[in-house]
Amino acid sequence: MQEGKILGYRRINRDLLRGVFENPVKYWAIVLFLGLVVLFAVGAAGFMVNRGIGVTGLNRPVFWGFLITNFVFWIGISHAGVMLSAILRLSKAEWRRPATRAAEVLTIFSLMTAVLMPFIHTGRPWRLMYWVFPYDFSRGIWPDIRSPLVWDPSAVNTYLLSSILFVFIALVPDLAVIRDRSSGIRRIAYSVLSLGWRGTPRQWKLQAIAGILLSALILPVFVSVHSIVSWDFGMAVSVNSWHSTIFAPYFVIGAVHSGVSGVVTVMIFMRWLFGWEEYVRREHIDALGRLLIVIAIAWFYFFAMEFLFGIYGQEGDELATRSLQIFGHPWGWLFLTFIITAFFFPVPLWLFRNVRRSFLWMTITTISVNVGMWLERFIIIVPGLARKQIFTQSWYTYAPSPIEIMIVAGTFALVLMLFLLFAKVFPLIPIFDIKEGQILTDEIKVGRRRVPAVIREE
Amino acid sequence: MATHSVLALYSNAEYAAEAGEALDNAGFSKEDYEFLTDTPYPEGALGERHSSHRLYVFPFVGALIGLTAAILLTSGTQLAYPLVTGGKPILSIPPMAIITYEGTMLGAILFTVIGIIFESRLPTTKKHIYDDRITEGLIGVVVDCDDNTVDRAEQILTQAGAEEVRREAA
Repeated sequence: MQEGKILGYRRINRDLLRGVFENPVKYWAIVLFLGLVVLFAVGAAGFMVNRGIGVTGLNRPVFWGFLITNFVFWIGISHAGVMLSAILRLSKAEWRRPATRAAEVLTIFSLMTAVLMPFIHTGRPWRLMYWVFPYDFSRGIWPDIRSPLVWDPSAVNTYLLSSILFVFIALVPDLAVIRDRSSGIRRIAYSVLSLGWRGTPRQWKLQAIAGILLSALILPVFVSVHSIVSWDFGMAVSVNSWHSTIFAPYFVIGAVHSGVSGVVTVMIFMRWLFGWEEYVRREHIDALGRLLIVIAIAWFYFFAMEFLFGIYGQEGDELATRSLQIFGHPWGWLFLTFIITAFFFPVPLWLFRNVRRSFLWMTITTISVNVGMWLERFIIIVPGLARKQIFTQSWYTYAPSPIEIMIVAGTFALVLMLFLLFAKVFPLIPIFDIKEGQILTDEIKVGRRRVPAVIREE
Repeated sequence: MATHSVLALYSNAEYAAEAGEALDNAGFSKEDYEFLTDTPYPEGALGERHSSHRLYVFPFVGALIGLTAAILLTSGTQLAYPLVTGGKPILSIPPMAIITYEGTMLGAILFTVIGIIFESRLPTTKKHIYDDRITEGLIGVVVDCDDNTVDRAEQILTQAGAEEVRREAA
């Protein structure tokens, strides 16, 4: 599994700080393009605020559409990060080293983007203040403080804050590396951020414990977040297809499936953009590909069970909704696309070593997974709502408006743009982790072969 | 009372560990010197002193504070807005449980982070002797010494194969 060369510390510093100290034209060209897309999305959101949510495709009874689908999708992507980083740290997987920070940073920016979605979806985001800070009853404002929708911000914000702190703690030694290569105001800024880090054995010992302890503490939060997102649906009184008892774990494993795929896509993109061929290697995407096979199969099992539990009760309304999801127009086509792109296209391909070790194929298959997983959330949310409900008494369907499409496209650009801007200020691959890997790498002679090996401290 | 800090830079861990041993043999206490590295070495690789910490207390304290704060917040809010919904009790446990769980975890994580920073003796505003080349792979050995021992310390560090030795007033 160890295919990397032994690189000098100076070389590692230079390579991994390329994003911080160099200004490649393609970097700024991409940031500029993404910025323009974000600007269009901001314009679309502004138009919606100005005209009201009538400019979206939302209607009675489909009150949740593209934006809430996108919220669930980005929450899902955010699960890659800390889950991947935490589990790989706890299991001391050697190939975690180049992947952990990118995964954690992806968590932060996708969570921030996810939080934006319900705000924009309200149409009048500032009115959320009345709900968050209810100031009197005399105006007839009686917020339901026991609503499951209150759980969401508490879980998401706990996860966001925890992830930011997790990333910061692991960044401190690398900030010292940037500090030592900087001058002037930049040096002062990084000196403050690195908190006066010197790299004493005590500081390193606590850094190692921090990685494991924080991983162990964040994992239960990570599980709770998507469980609670599933309860946004599960707690709704009347919508068919939202009440499967395994909704929470089904959402969590789906989030991991899309999230880990997202990390692979982003890692390959970083490798191309910053020339990190020595750091993001075929062995890494191969290992992630193997992990993805397991995750995808687990996800498919939950998907099948969720469906089975739905139809097992033989309730007419539930059967009709499931039938709408699979055979109704346009849901049938979307369902077919979803199941192929999320599972039947990528997973059989991942079984081949050549595919797992191909950057092109891994990019295609992981993007395919996320196309499928976005559609999965759409198919969960909209067909259930489109049918007549107890309280709405009407049937309708839903088609997104150009405004919603622009906002959703803008969120993809936003996450990638924030990711790249982060890379301009902080290293996206943990420098000290890579250096530690170099210290612990050796070659051992077994019979007539010299085998690359990694020493692991217990 | 240390009046000088001496910094020696070594090209590899072996030399740095030997410098530490030489300082031990010359009668310097392990409290008097410190290693500075750019990457975590396996514990004891440099022969450094064992340092204890109380980091594991922090998450428990944080969890307790988070739990208490979350219970007060959720019960206080429900009592402040006594709206009966569907004949359910004002102080309803299930919605409280979720927020309480998140509050507990948030408290534990916040205090862990505070604990990591505190136990790492960070942030520090005191100017310590340091060299930027440490983050390029050189290993630093810093010795705190007084007027009587500073020359001896420099000599020991040089003999151990230091690439460079310099001193500053502590």
